[in-house]
Amino acid sequence: MTTSPSSAVRTFPLAPTPRSRWRVARLIMWPTIAFVALLVLPWVVYPPIAMDIAAWALFAMSIDLLLGFGGVLSFGHAAYWGSSAYLTGWVAVNTGVPFPVAILIGALGAMVLAVPIGMLSVRRSGIYFAMVTLAFGQMIYFIANQLSVITGGENGLQGVPKTFFGIEAVEKESFFFYYAAIPIVVLGALAAWRIVHSPFGRVLSGIRDNPERVRALGYDVERYKLIAFVLSAGLAGLAGGVYAVSHGFVSLQEVDWTTSGKVVLMTVLGGIGTLWGGPIGAAIIVLLEDYLASAGFEGIGIVTGLIFIVCVVLFRKGILGTILAFVDRARTGGRGMPRFGRADRLAAPDSVTATNTAHDEEGNHAPR
Amino acid sequence: MDAFIQYTAQGLAAGGFYALAALGLAVIFGALNVVNFAHGAFYMLGAVLTAVLLDVAGINFWVALVLVPVILFGFGIIIERLLVQWLLGLDNLYSFLLTFGISLVLVDVIKIRYGVSGLPYGQPPGLEGLIRIGAVQLPVYQVFVFVFSVLVCLGVWLLLAKTRVGVIVRAATEEPERARALGINVGLWVTPVFGFGVALAGIAGVLAAPFRAITATMGSSFIIILFAIVVIGGLGSILGSVVAGFLVGLVEAYGQGYASTFSQIIIFVLMAVVILVRPAGLFGRKESA
Repeated sequence: MTTSPSSAVRTFPLAPTPRSRWRVARLIMWPTIAFVALLVLPWVVYPPIAMDIAAWALFAMSIDLLLGFGGVLSFGHAAYWGSSAYLTGWVAVNTGVPFPVAILIGALGAMVLAVPIGMLSVRRSGIYFAMVTLAFGQMIYFIANQLSVITGGENGLQGVPKTFFGIEAVEKESFFFYYAAIPIVVLGALAAWRIVHSPFGRVLSGIRDNPERVRALGYDVERYKLIAFVLSAGLAGLAGGVYAVSHGFVSLQEVDWTTSGKVVLMTVLGGIGTLWGGPIGAAIIVLLEDYLASAGFEGIGIVTGLIFIVCVVLFRKGILGTILAFVDRARTGGRGMPRFGRADRLAAPDSVTATNTAHDEEGNHAPR
Repeated sequence: MDAFIQYTAQGLAAGGFYALAALGLAVIFGALNVVNFAHGAFYMLGAVLTAVLLDVAGINFWVALVLVPVILFGFGIIIERLLVQWLLGLDNLYSFLLTFGISLVLVDVIKIRYGVSGLPYGQPPGLEGLIRIGAVQLPVYQVFVFVFSVLVCLGVWLLLAKTRVGVIVRAATEEPERARALGINVGLWVTPVFGFGVALAGIAGVLAAPFRAITATMGSSFIIILFAIVVIGGLGSILGSVVAGFLVGLVEAYGQGYASTFSQIIIFVLMAVVILVRPAGLFGRKESA
């Protein structure tokens, strides 16, 4: 699962773009901004909400790792977020290990779960991948519902402790807990960033843009997609574990498909293929839902659904994608190459032909 | 054995509205290359409309069976003109996400208006009671649902295979460029086909109203089972979606009868097996990449 890229990968013939000083600055800029934002967050908003934002932010990055860089949309990621939440909670309740250990075990469990599902799902691509992952996610939901010995079924898994080496401030106060748990999120985000900028990530982007060519170059496309899927599940698992410990209980909501939908919304809102857009989307959605819930508004789905619709119809680059496109245009005077493959490829009008070709290749649209 | 026949009847009835709804999904995908995530929500709207029409205007099941699809046809056309058409040229993940957003809105609107507890709906007039076949008694309504959905599926097939309209729609779907060159306004046909697919989901909803709980979320797990069905049958294949619809209905009913703990999981296991053996689905052609 944690296979390091082999030596064959390092000789990947698509040479990386030249690293100008600007590019290096940019490369470091987003992680730095994200890191500082995470540090000051609990001073600005209520600490449990800050923790929610951080967890969802990592979750959204795990989706973008797959969608923005691997070119496949997982619509069943709640399975990994939720199964890790359950496993983390169960380990924390029953063994009394410090919570980071429990979270790590939870994330590993999510990765193990992702192996068989991933092996089946990567056999399909495009829209099929989304449908298949969604269906398997629902299967995990039903299994979680049945396994009430561990999950508590409808009642949920309650009383998850924040065990942390007997340091009471962390175990009792959410403000200090935030700072104890945030390194896990930061490490997860850095891992995502590292994966994207590794030789492995470049092969992945190659698969997104032209799977046939990458296959012709001798790469095992399915294996790369599977590894990306499992790594992404691991990040989702870390996020789910943090969420479970922070809330102190785990409910079926965590494995529900609406959770999968919500994290996809955050990713799209932030900007597909930007990696750091997901956290922006996560912050907006978490704060908005918190505001609506405290205002007593019951139709949260109406608001999030409308955001989804507006985003997809008018605003496909998302927030960070739009900002980056604007910065690029200002810098290059409109002559620059589009940077974010997936988002631009999906949004560009010339992808009409690409879509039509895919449509024909997939065949079987003939009513019969 | 009696129990087996009982479960078979239940399975075929449930399979009937799976097949109808999956057929709608397949028709929309065939013509627009759109995977309609809101299909479950349209199915739910069909059932809710049926209950509301009876409650408010005293419109009975038989009239609703005609009226509801017509209303949903119009609704589908509005949705297509207003939203879906802007995304037709793009990667179909976008229309997938758009229709997901639409279904979120629809579900919560219904939830706010009619609450989370189910709307009541009785047995439709003329279809109460049981039929006795040998030693087994089957609810008349289940037999009706099976027969009716088979008839509708046949009708759709005839429409597409044997009529001029069907020829045009198939031409517009399979060879849009050539159809255009022959003077067919391809864009004109896309919208009604979307409406037609939505209407099929509506019919499934009407049929479901008398024997499923009518709630705002009734379409939410339904749509995921529909996805499993079209993956099993081969998305875009009309025959595949119908056959897989009935197959899943049967598997679900046997599961509930013989292994109720696992009944909900069996469908997904079936899907996994199909992906392993025939990745393109039972009736799908081989998919590239």
